[in-house]
Amino acid sequence: MRKTLLIVAVLLVFVFGIFGLPKGIGPSAWKTALTDRIHLGLDLKGGIHLVLQVMVDEAVSAETDNAVARIQAALQQGGFPARSVLKPDPKQPAVIQIQGTPADKASDVRNLLDSNYGNQYTVSSGPNNSWTLTMKQTEVQTIEQHALQQSIDTIGTRINALGVTEPTIQEYNLGTNQILVELPGVDDLSRVRDIIQSTARLEIHLVVGGPFATEQAAAQSVGGTVPPDDVVMAYGGNEPELQGQYYVLQRVPIVAGDDFRDAQPSVDENGRPDATFILTRNAGDRFYQFTSTNIGKSLAIVLENRVQEAANIQQAIRDQGRITGLGKDKAQNLSLMLRTGALPASIHYLQESVVGPSLGADSIRRGVLASVVGMLAVLIFMLVYYHGAGINADLALMLNLIILLGFMGFSGATLTLPGIAGVILTIGMGVDSNVLIFERIREELRAGKTPAAAVDQGFAHAWVTIVDTHVTTIVSAIILFLFGTGPVKGFAVTLSFGLFANLFTAVFVSRHIFDSILKRKQRGEALSIG
Amino acid sequence: MELFHDVNVDWLGKKWYFLGFSLIFSVAGVLSILFWHGIKLGIDFRGGTLVYVQFEQAPDLDRLRQAIDRAGIHDSRIQTYGTATQRQVAISLAQKETQESALDTGRETIVGALNTNYSSAGTANQGKLDLDNASQGALTQFLEQSDPQHLVATTDAAQKYASQAAAVLNHRDRDLGGIFSSIDQLNGVADPAVVNQLKQGAYLSGFHVFAADIIGPQVGALLRKQALLAVLYSLLGMLVYLWFRFELIYGVAAVVAVFHDTLITIGAFSLTNQEITLTVIAAILTLIGYSMNDTIVVFDRIRENLRISRRENLTGVVNRSINQTLSRTVLTSGLTFLTVLSLYLFGGEVLHGFSFALVIGILIGTYSSIAVAAPMLVAYQEWRGGRGKKAVLPAGKKARV
Repeated sequence: MRKTLLIVAVLLVFVFGIFGLPKGIGPSAWKTALTDRIHLGLDLKGGIHLVLQVMVDEAVSAETDNAVARIQAALQQGGFPARSVLKPDPKQPAVIQIQGTPADKASDVRNLLDSNYGNQYTVSSGPNNSWTLTMKQTEVQTIEQHALQQSIDTIGTRINALGVTEPTIQEYNLGTNQILVELPGVDDLSRVRDIIQSTARLEIHLVVGGPFATEQAAAQSVGGTVPPDDVVMAYGGNEPELQGQYYVLQRVPIVAGDDFRDAQPSVDENGRPDATFILTRNAGDRFYQFTSTNIGKSLAIVLENRVQEAANIQQAIRDQGRITGLGKDKAQNLSLMLRTGALPASIHYLQESVVGPSLGADSIRRGVLASVVGMLAVLIFMLVYYHGAGINADLALMLNLIILLGFMGFSGATLTLPGIAGVILTIGMGVDSNVLIFERIREELRAGKTPAAAVDQGFAHAWVTIVDTHVTTIVSAIILFLFGTGPVKGFAVTLSFGLFANLFTAVFVSRHIFDSILKRKQRGEALSIG
Repeated sequence: MELFHDVNVDWLGKKWYFLGFSLIFSVAGVLSILFWHGIKLGIDFRGGTLVYVQFEQAPDLDRLRQAIDRAGIHDSRIQTYGTATQRQVAISLAQKETQESALDTGRETIVGALNTNYSSAGTANQGKLDLDNASQGALTQFLEQSDPQHLVATTDAAQKYASQAAAVLNHRDRDLGGIFSSIDQLNGVADPAVVNQLKQGAYLSGFHVFAADIIGPQVGALLRKQALLAVLYSLLGMLVYLWFRFELIYGVAAVVAVFHDTLITIGAFSLTNQEITLTVIAAILTLIGYSMNDTIVVFDRIRENLRISRRENLTGVVNRSINQTLSRTVLTSGLTFLTVLSLYLFGGEVLHGFSFALVIGILIGTYSSIAVAAPMLVAYQEWRGGRGKKAVLPAGKKARV
């Protein structure tokens, strides 16, 4: 009796796992209750699956760019100005080179560099009063990790602004600086791309020269080859006469990325859309200092590595400015980007999958049809082949299915199409334990044992085999889970849940039903097992 | 009802037939892999672009190929997808770009080629909205701008148009299977004013891109590596478990049998020129688990019988064990085969490769536990016996009963 109660309790708990508490009694209420509990994967629901690569090198480069500016200022202030402080090789963003420090102040320079940068950099001196600062590996890793985390956070906030339900945004393939983004129910890839991809890296640079008609002309203006602390950038705004032109800018921006606090789309005096930006306090102070000492020079506002606008500094600016020449969409996007925080580095796409809702709906229909047909075939066969004991097996199978789906409901695991295949396969393999037990019981009966003894021996012998077979299958399911991605993972999850459920139903439940039947039978009466 | 009653077959006596049978299938597969079709990897392992398109009219593949050729893509692979009545086509491109930032160009070129060369009314639709491929956002924006219901003054205009757009797209994707044959199909689904506006400002291109996969070369290489590791690790894991539960040779025999199944299944994919995708790998891992199950059931019985009858020679015990478990083997395989067959028949195109691998795998997996694993076990023990050593029997290890 206590066992019966236990089985009924398990049944109720897992039915609750599948449906929760429906808010009504009609079929539609049950259906919504079901879809609330069982999460469908992207392949069934439709949606977008993206794998992104964060170019963490850029974050390292931004950090050393900053350091270059600080070192220059520090040497100046200390009274031993260097001829140049720069990063010699764009491919090695972690290396800074200082050249031409005063020959008689070498130890002072060494002291200054060591005390200010020794924690982050390895400082070594070279010939002709030059120094090389190489960022320490641990520091590089910290910056990369931080850039990755910040990218995940930023993309998360942006996606939330889209209003997607249950998005997944997480680190992917540990150590490769990749991000997995899954957006169920979304099929508008270009909008998602716009939101995620536009790094909207906003920077303000000092203009060295320009505009020039060609890239060569721009390079020519600074002596043929562009010096390492300058950069040539194309115009990207919408002034017709500046299209296709180039500027030479100072490589290190005056303010960039994180320095911007907000931007609001606004309208200029001619009714054309533009945007107003606001700097953080620190950056505002810096910007004020710079603009007040450089009145008359030109500044370029750079958006995603293109010059949006170049203008003369007419007065000192503290923390607000205007960007003209943006379309309405661009201004809105920019404002969203700046409010949610800038991406610390740009993003490349490694993988994109879009599943339209029509495919998802078709897959569900087919998956359900295949399951029902497969399940019915097995149920009917067991009844025909094992008669009375077949009912026993069928009950165990159905309970198995309820437990499996209940598990899915409780754990919040995602059901994918391969997951449905896993369910069907579990039905097929779940029946294996029953067959093993029943065949053994038949053997024992043939050997002349009484029904009670035969059932006892049958279960005892089959148990060893059942444990072995389940453990090996669970081994492969776990490995599938560890190495698989997306839908395949869903398959591994349902397969493992199904195996656990099976241990309970085939061994415990089925045994209990046999026992209670035997209890009611007269001594010597035959057992119905086909 | 009973399938087998007191069978007494000398399975081990037929080991040369088995060996021949296994060799024919393995070698045929290996030859096909080496000299004929090779192993055709799916887009997830190769890297590349795969675009799934649903057509309103049955698509003419030659015309499609020409259209895509004209757009400058010459190495595309165009295949019908699903049954003919579904009018679906899968267009795939190998990944050429090493530049990950150019990932999307293949898809854009294909959609562009379809648009210019395939959509029925051509350039007359310039500037109109393609209702067959419109997204929720684009359709809402279109309605907001054209404002057919004159809601511009009201505060919830955006919301109302969004729900109209959702109703239209829901009808397209869930009721009509992704494609309209006429805008009149929207009568009764959306507001009449909206339907009218769509008739004026939108057109039907006659195709609908219902899914797309774009996989960069890096990801492809990584997935290849992971799939290979997953198969190797799961074989290793089982070997270790069987070593622990039985003896090393039992583990080795089981793993060889499973390897034999995997080889023949992959060979079958090569022979039938089907692609090996990520889900096929999942199926192969499943059949590894399944075939292992079968082998273990036989081995468990051998272990049990060896404990009972120490005098009997190994060949006799193994034969008896196979015969005793034969009805279980056939029944379980039959039932699992039934469920997998229903997957193969009703599960649709997405699961086609997966269920094909399992259909083959279950047949071969059942065969291999009787015809490969057991004879190998006996052959090894006899070889040891021939060198004057005692056979390694697991009977010494006490089975937990």
